[in-house]
Amino acid sequence: MKPLSGLLAGIIFGMGLVVSGMTEPANVIAFLNLSAGWSPALLLVMGSALVVTGIGYRLAGRRAAPLFDSTFHRPTANRIDRRLMTGSALFGIGWGVAGYCPGPAIVGAFTLDSRAILFVAAYAAGTLAFELWERRVQARSALADG
Amino acid sequence: MFTNVFTNAIAGGVLIGLAATWLFLSLGRVAGISGIVSQAMKNPGMLWPVLFLVGLGAGGWIATAFTGPAANRLAIDPVWLIVGGLIVGFGTRLGSGCTSGHGVCGIARLSPRSVVATMIFVGLGMLTATLLRGTGVLDS
Repeated sequence: MKPLSGLLAGIIFGMGLVVSGMTEPANVIAFLNLSAGWSPALLLVMGSALVVTGIGYRLAGRRAAPLFDSTFHRPTANRIDRRLMTGSALFGIGWGVAGYCPGPAIVGAFTLDSRAILFVAAYAAGTLAFELWERRVQARSALADG
Repeated sequence: MFTNVFTNAIAGGVLIGLAATWLFLSLGRVAGISGIVSQAMKNPGMLWPVLFLVGLGAGGWIATAFTGPAANRLAIDPVWLIVGGLIVGFGTRLGSGCTSGHGVCGIARLSPRSVVATMIFVGLGMLTATLLRGTGVLDS
């Protein structure tokens, strides 16, 4: 049931992204670019998603465990540190450049939008670069600790 | 249907919220796309993240069949797409989340980390898009 649940969540999520208009980077830039014809559409997408998710999490969280797993995997990190802030700043810059964040770009790549395919290839390379960098940092700090 | 930008935005957001709720109710997982991508890349043997991404594409494809292509289309130089993609890939991992993980799921959990992250990436996104396009470095 786990793979099927993931598939179903993905399908609904992908439909939502297309219906919301956010798979077209022009609509994202219309929100991020304040210098011409500003559109609040992205805010409405995030706002309505937030309200539904907030209610949904509260209701689902009343259960002792999820339907098909033994425990809820809530993120545990709680420190507002330099990594969080630097990473979010970088993400914002890239988002403002291209008008793509990961979800809409992946949907666009599946619908064979050449812009999205290029972006997703670079995005995957960036993700991989992080993993390699992270491994080096951890190896170095292990050395320092040892 | 699919004619009003604002009702579409709200309807799309509701679907995203339902998807996030279902993933939490069924598997106890947060629907952060960049995190799911990282899990799928690191551990493809764990099936649900891979299938989530397949579903993301399939759902998008199905919905596009109904909505048709977007009315407007951003023309952007491939070099900027590559630069943007690299920065988004590295940044979302360093910051542990993107629009979905921090902006929707994190704020819905009232996580202070996600509130700060979202303010930073929306702020920097606005600053970058406005500077690049307001000064004519990018023309669309």
